[in-house]
Amino acid sequence: MEARGFGVIVTTSPEYIARRVFRQQHKFSELFDMLDEVYDPEIPGVSLWDLGVLQDVSVDVAGRCKVTICPTYSGCPALNIMQEDIKACLDKYGHSDVDIEVSLSPAWTTDWISPRGRQLMIESGIAACEHIVVCPLCQSRGVRLLSQFGSTACKSLYKCENCFETFDYFKPL
Amino acid sequence: MDTPLLKYVLGLADDNMVLSQRLTEWCSNGPTLEEDIALTNVALDILGRARMFYQYASVLDEQKRSEDDFAMCRSEREYTNLLIHELPIGDFAFTMARQWFLDEFSQLYFSALSHSKDETLAGIAAKCIKESGYHLVRSRNWICVLAEGTEESRRRLLAAIDELWGYRHELFETTQAESLLSGVAVNRADLKDTWMTNINDLSARLNIELPDKDWFVTGGRRGEHSEHLGPMLAEMQYLARCFPGAKW
Repeated sequence: MEARGFGVIVTTSPEYIARRVFRQQHKFSELFDMLDEVYDPEIPGVSLWDLGVLQDVSVDVAGRCKVTICPTYSGCPALNIMQEDIKACLDKYGHSDVDIEVSLSPAWTTDWISPRGRQLMIESGIAACEHIVVCPLCQSRGVRLLSQFGSTACKSLYKCENCFETFDYFKPL
Repeated sequence: MDTPLLKYVLGLADDNMVLSQRLTEWCSNGPTLEEDIALTNVALDILGRARMFYQYASVLDEQKRSEDDFAMCRSEREYTNLLIHELPIGDFAFTMARQWFLDEFSQLYFSALSHSKDETLAGIAAKCIKESGYHLVRSRNWICVLAEGTEESRRRLLAAIDELWGYRHELFETTQAESLLSGVAVNRADLKDTWMTNINDLSARLNIELPDKDWFVTGGRRGEHSEHLGPMLAEMQYLARCFPGAKW
């Protein structure tokens, strides 16, 4: 029987702190607030901001919005849905003219994920990208890798040797 | 007339498009459910790479061809992928041996490309290299499992390496377009020794004797392909060609 670990301590990365300051001091911070309603299509409750996908927003003199997003994995099929959801959300707040820029550089990293995002992942049964893999259900560290790639490219598949559940692990990138 | 930069970018796009299409052939045919999912996820990452290169090619193209035009409306003589990518998937050992060769190569290639003077290419490379690391961990693991598994798995792995051996040279062959793009394109010849060392190291650990007879096949970048590419493209492009502009 595996000894239980100390559960999961959700960490706040320096990269996330920098993002948070950027957002708080941003001229168009209200746009960030509106976009908090746009969630990752595959992880319930985790917003595009939490995930580090939402990078920047601006409105020009003509009222045209520009939203900069950074894709997670290069082949991620959720990217198109995210773009549609961003447009639908801003449209609801009266911004019908929205331009979305997909930025590849700097490359997306799991260090940008917010502590809230990590916490929500764990609550949805996904081990968040901490460097130790801990079962999100029983907090055991006695886990075994089943496959490097799980239900999506960003996750791998693990099995807990304590509670025998299989679970996804959001890989650090 | 395509510029050297466009030719270069299209070559990289074609490599990844063709490899991704091959890997998707495993969808629903993988040896286990987990491996089925893993292979198709790798295929998706590689398709993502192809798309980034095609999108950049589209920006560079004077004829304003779209990413779909490049992928779906060019024939095999216009495809310039290196031959190793187009070979049929064979058995699981063949697929994993090819991934091993290519994942080792991608790590070296993308880390060099991330220093390119071309910012878009450097950005794409920085994105690819992190994903490629996970691919390499997985393919190296599989080489170990196949080599140390059963007599049958070892026999199949050795046969796969034998069959792939002569295709490796093309990975390190500099094209005319590349030689005109100093500081932008990666100098492939520089990667050869490190790649060979990495292949030798794992092989030695697993008592794999690499083939002693060498041979050389080349021509992909000039559009001279094996008989395997045409049928693959026919299947891949069927829908786009029968129903141009189809959407769902």
